[in-house]
Amino acid sequence: MTSTDQHIATDLISILEGVSDPEIPVLSIMDMGVVRTAQYDGDIVLVEITPTYSGCPAMDVIGDDIITAFAEKNIEAKVSLVLSPAWTTDWITERGRKALEDYGIAAPLGEEADKQVLLGDKRLVKCTNCGSTNTKMVSQFGSTACKALFKCEACQEPFDYFKCLK
Amino acid sequence: MSTIESSSRMKTNTTDISEVLIQYIYGIADNALILGQRLSELCGHGPNLETDIAGTNIALDLLGQTRGYYQYAAQLKGGDTTEDDIAYLRTEREYKNVLLVEQPNKHFGYVIARQFLYDMFHVMLLEKLQNSQDPTLAAIAKKGIKEVRYHQRFSSDWIKRLGDGTPESHEKIQEAINTLWTYTDELFHMTEADKKAVDMGVGVDASALKGEYYTRVRELLDASTLEVPEMKWFQKGGKQGIHTEHMGYLLADLQYMQRTYPGMKW
Repeated sequence: MTSTDQHIATDLISILEGVSDPEIPVLSIMDMGVVRTAQYDGDIVLVEITPTYSGCPAMDVIGDDIITAFAEKNIEAKVSLVLSPAWTTDWITERGRKALEDYGIAAPLGEEADKQVLLGDKRLVKCTNCGSTNTKMVSQFGSTACKALFKCEACQEPFDYFKCLK
Repeated sequence: MSTIESSSRMKTNTTDISEVLIQYIYGIADNALILGQRLSELCGHGPNLETDIAGTNIALDLLGQTRGYYQYAAQLKGGDTTEDDIAYLRTEREYKNVLLVEQPNKHFGYVIARQFLYDMFHVMLLEKLQNSQDPTLAAIAKKGIKEVRYHQRFSSDWIKRLGDGTPESHEKIQEAINTLWTYTDELFHMTEADKKAVDMGVGVDASALKGEYYTRVRELLDASTLEVPEMKWFQKGGKQGIHTEHMGYLLADLQYMQRTYPGMKW
């Protein structure tokens, strides 16, 4: 994990790992890197989360799910939203990238490669169905703001690509 | 006695600073709200599935940014004010968006031309706002710039595709650029709140972005085989709350639920 300023009390990690991203249920919010801090303040736990995109509609649900997950362990949690430092796709863990691929969403490439595929200069995104890199972008915006829509020219399947965000 | 005097003067200063900040925030955030509202009208009506989804995705980004700004403004206002009050319960004159963003969709050429002319400005604005001495505004800008660069890429690509496309697409996008050009100069006007915000180190001097803006826009229009309109007289007024006739209809749509069922919640 390359994220900066992430402060999570060790015994809280497993509870947070049990909360999944409502839009991509195979991913935990820990693998997405949206949890920035989780610390005890007396009897309660203060959790800070950061949105992937400003308008991410999943944030309210994630906040509620965190509170519910802690409540099940008889812990009271308070969740707040922080914008800085801004989320980047670098904060998605290795396990998270693997889960995305298994789910049918191509994981983000590096910044330079991302630019090349989104501008149509190079074909680098691997089809999640057949593994071919003979893929092309259909639209810069996919089913959610964080994804672009791709199509595989080898097996003809459409799939989502998680855009690199730095 | 003197202590009371100085503390009451300090209170006035703090109130003044908050009021300047609130007005400055409206000047930026209202653009995002109104443009987002216009784009969301396309939901289910885009020319094809991909552009429909792109339009609503951009609308969502803009709405997300708006929420960040309005939550901050509501906090500065204090009391019971919420982001929803600011979005839904102001009168037309209290919205400080530029006239460009409230212009109607008409046809796809207008949607793209409006988006392009605003995106080019929006990127430049947020690039500067990232350095604001106000940490909340800087954080919203740092988050937003990543999204707005995508918007700019999307609208620039479509300007090229339509301009250098068929004779019909060329004609339609040129018509939209010509019609909307009159609203571009207002982007660089400075209100009193803007000037004060710049003096306080929290705002961006938009007037200084003008030269670079027109250079970048010209370059892209040239590359798209489109003509740059020649115009000496420009429309203005939105930043003072004096809007075009389209704004009332837009607000009627935007505010309908809160006006009909005051205080309703989802």
